[in-house]
Amino acid sequence: MNAVTTPAAARELTTYVLRLADTSLVLAQRLSAWIGHGPAIEEDLGCANISLDLLGQARLLYAYAGELEGTGRTEDDFAYLREECDFLNATMAELPNGDFGQTIVRQCLLDLWRLELFEKLTQSTDTRLAQIAAKAVKEIRYHSRYSSGWLVRLGDGTDESHQRVATALVTLWPYVAEWFAADALEQALAERGVVPSVAAVQAGFEARLAPILREATLTRPSNVDYRWFGKRAQHSEHLSHLLAELQSLHRAHPGAQW
Amino acid sequence: MTPPQDWALYEVFVRAKRGLDHKHVGSLHAADAAMALEHARDLYTRRQEGVSLWVVKSADIVASAAEDAAAFFDPAEDKIYRHPTFYDIPKDVETL
Repeated sequence: MNAVTTPAAARELTTYVLRLADTSLVLAQRLSAWIGHGPAIEEDLGCANISLDLLGQARLLYAYAGELEGTGRTEDDFAYLREECDFLNATMAELPNGDFGQTIVRQCLLDLWRLELFEKLTQSTDTRLAQIAAKAVKEIRYHSRYSSGWLVRLGDGTDESHQRVATALVTLWPYVAEWFAADALEQALAERGVVPSVAAVQAGFEARLAPILREATLTRPSNVDYRWFGKRAQHSEHLSHLLAELQSLHRAHPGAQW
Repeated sequence: MTPPQDWALYEVFVRAKRGLDHKHVGSLHAADAAMALEHARDLYTRRQEGVSLWVVKSADIVASAAEDAAAFFDPAEDKIYRHPTFYDIPKDVETL
């Protein structure tokens, strides 16, 4: 079954799919920066694998967005030829890597949110989105195993490692709020069963996070009122630098092939 | 890039498909067995090499010494009657 019946519905779904795709791409780009710099070569590979999975998810989603949009834009057009003000990724994905502990905290929070979201998206009334989610969810399940495993090790590790991830958690926590601040677009799609309700995803996320934080001897920070809105293209100062690097080759050599 | 000093070396064994044996494919560093298994997945099964993984601490493997090779293995050299050459193996049996 296809949930897209009107041009307006297609536009809504395109925007939503681009939010998912941009979050995957931007996070993939961030993680790939660990290659050659990880604490051990085994972790280089771990981050690289996750990065490649995310890139694969972004490609499937961009291809679908292009079809929905009907303008013939390709994966490369979406990734390389849009400006910062066009990107709709969740703000947390674009935040700097920091130390390995901060990367792990960012990854664990995003993994648990995306695991809950994509598991529910497999039930979407939009068949194509459900199929993409079904492929991605197997990957994200492994990612969350990797990142939550590390979070427990570092949180319940030495004083130094505990302090670092505890600080990172406080720094990153405010960016979680964006995911659960539903806007009109998400509400409209949820009413039609295309995407899960934000409240259900939040409940699932909190339920997954609580035991991990407990084992990692970390405290869930309290919520803040301020909201970032990367998903509405209101970004932190970090995204433009990330995109400059990501897009430089394609802009210097348009249409370059590998 | 050098792994932390308290990480141990593990040997990795991959089973390519059901019915075959686990084969040694290499080694890696990890803090404990659980991490070793995940590293093995990340390092040695990226191209669909396997359906099952074993990891064993390298220190737990007892190996024969090179200087014992003559005493260990040479005595078998002239005992050809130990080879099962008197049986016909059916052609269709592949993994025997």
